Amino acid sequence: MSDAAQPMKSAGMIRRWLSRPARAAPAKPVQFDQPLLPWLFLAPQLAVIFVFFYWPSVQAITSSFYIEDPFGFGATFVGLDNYKDALGSAEYQRIAGFTALFTVLVTGFSLGLGLLFAVKADKVIRGRTAYRTALIAVYAIAPPVAGLMGMMLFDQHIGPFVQLAAWFGYDMKVGINYWDTAFAMILVSVWKQVPYNFIFFLSGLQGIPASVREASVIDCRNGFTRFRTAILPLLAPTAFFLLIINITYALFDTFAVIDVMVKDKPANNPLTLVYKVYNDGFRGNDIGGSAAQSVILMVIVLVLTLIQFRWLERRVHYG
Amino acid sequence: MASITITDVSKTYPGAPAPSVTGINLSIRDGEFIVLVGPSGCGKSTLLRMVAGLEDISGGEVRIGDRVVNRLDPADRDIAMVFQNYALYPHMTVRENMAYGLKNRRTPKAEIETRVAEAARMLELGPYLDRKPRALSGGQRQRVAMGRAVVRQPSAFLFDEPLSNLDAKLRVTMRGEIRRLQKRLGTTALYVTHDQLEAMTLADRLVVLNGGRIEQVGAPLDIYHRPASTFVASFIGSPAMNLLDAGLEGARLRLGTSVIELGHLPAARGAVTLGIRAEDLTPAATGLPFRPDFIEELGAQRLVHGHIEGQPVVLALDPAVPVGSEMRLSVAAARLHLFDTTSGRRIATAARPGLAVTETA
Ligand SMILES: Nc1ncnc2c1ncn2[C@@H]1O[C@H](COP(=O)(O)OP(=O)(O)O)[C@@H](O)[C@H]1O
Ligand SMILES: [Mg+2]
Repeated sequence: MSDAAQPMKSAGMIRRWLSRPARAAPAKPVQFDQPLLPWLFLAPQLAVIFVFFYWPSVQAITSSFYIEDPFGFGATFVGLDNYKDALGSAEYQRIAGFTALFTVLVTGFSLGLGLLFAVKADKVIRGRTAYRTALIAVYAIAPPVAGLMGMMLFDQHIGPFVQLAAWFGYDMKVGINYWDTAFAMILVSVWKQVPYNFIFFLSGLQGIPASVREASVIDCRNGFTRFRTAILPLLAPTAFFLLIINITYALFDTFAVIDVMVKDKPANNPLTLVYKVYNDGFRGNDIGGSAAQSVILMVIVLVLTLIQFRWLERRVHYG
Repeated sequence: MASITITDVSKTYPGAPAPSVTGINLSIRDGEFIVLVGPSGCGKSTLLRMVAGLEDISGGEVRIGDRVVNRLDPADRDIAMVFQNYALYPHMTVRENMAYGLKNRRTPKAEIETRVAEAARMLELGPYLDRKPRALSGGQRQRVAMGRAVVRQPSAFLFDEPLSNLDAKLRVTMRGEIRRLQKRLGTTALYVTHDQLEAMTLADRLVVLNGGRIEQVGAPLDIYHRPASTFVASFIGSPAMNLLDAGLEGARLRLGTSVIELGHLPAARGAVTLGIRAEDLTPAATGLPFRPDFIEELGAQRLVHGHIEGQPVVLALDPAVPVGSEMRLSVAAARLHLFDTTSGRRIATAARPGLAVTETA
């Protein structure tokens, strides 16, 4: 009955990937005469990890304790001031608040709709492939393109959503009105993420043995109760896995969507924390403050990852 | 508890060129244990699942008790099913698994507890009530699946190869347990298996299926002793019945150079198939010439494989009986089975007591 744990496989894969050194011993152990040789083989891998992960992280952490001269003439050590400034600023708090709301809504709707479509797709027998492909295709669209498509949907003149709103007598101004922009951002972000969740939920559903479903059909007459009590619990591992992925998505991967929507627009637009890091660092040249913010984000992600691994440790799947 | 009446039932799966099951007529009495047996793919599960309501019925009518259930939801048919892979809910404890169907039927809590406790006692599941299925052995899971059916107190139990995933020894134990439980509760049971031994030992009546049709219905021993076709003859019984090509010349049966005097005139002539069970052939001074090839020792008996007139034959002998390089075999006239060679159907014989007289040229 380990079929029900389909997504756990991918979670397991990520976990195995994270703990690479703990590989199983090769079938034929190789002895190196030169003690340096193994390190040589490992070098490219280590270099990649170092250059793209450790070095930037250390840089970010170091920079977060300094204020850098805007013209690059040196840096002054300021201790935790950058953190105090960031956490104490009303703007930061407002953006953090919006980020939380944004994350909750994007995660909630992406998961909910992904599950809904998966349940429906699971029932479809005829035209199943076409239906699935149509849903999954969206996932192949690059985030900036998705953002651009979103902009078109919300275009002031030709956007169908704007026209729809106008039809109801509402003057929608994405990029100008704060909540209109927020609405568009959330909608496009959700739309982009639903296929991902759909794929996982669908494979999760199809991993549930047919006979367990049939037993539940005999045991429970009401379809909704049946889904809630016999099917949904079996999707819990998938859902927990997706929850973490979706939160990370909402926090970071929506950057491109947000960028397309708020770039070159008046200042009164919703932002998320990751976008503020970029704004302050690269637009405002406040490297220290931006670094402190990204360290804060790093901590948030670290905590979330730890929670996920706690779940994995507890093995939420049954089998 | 109820009777089940199956009338002219057929099933064609969507997109399938031919029906998987056709022209099934079967009347199951209240409390009867019916076993559907046949080779893999003959439509046993399909038929059972139509009774359960897990498959639509393409044609015909299924009645449980006095209700036509064709259009009823599985949950409304008052049946309980036991699946081959147990189909337990992995996230529920044993207790919850058993209570689930009752809870959804709004059975009072106290009543649920009583029934679960009773089933747990009968199936010796008491110590495991608070375990999840993954912490149980195959046999224990199978018992939980039985318990889940028992607590429902349904009109009928439906079993789809419930023992096929167990090892041979456990299968024998569980077989006895199922039989005992069913007799004790007196609940009508419809049981699917491809294992003819399981079928023989469990059934009040056997239904032998072949290619989606009923080949024969009857008590296990009736079917064993009077198989309606070569298919049934070779499917029921182990070792399979010996089937030999022979020719009917009036009351004489020609088998290569040997001739068997039947002592009566069967209602056929020309080429026929002669069926003889392995245990019905006995060594004698005169009779059919048998050339042994090799011996399978089974302990209580031995199976001698060889040839009669160039046709393969298996002989079941007492281990004490010596096996020579050439033997003569005799057979009781009443133990000869004749089948139509083309249709495979049984040819009626008016067998008399006494040995069939054999002469060899
Ligand atoms: N869902 C299905 N769709 C199409 N054909 C099926 C389906 N289930 C079973 N069949 C076909 O129906 C026939 C009978 O199957 P089944 O009842 O499962 O046989 P058994 O249980 O006796 O092994 C087989 O030929 C099988 O291929
Ligand atoms: Mg089957």
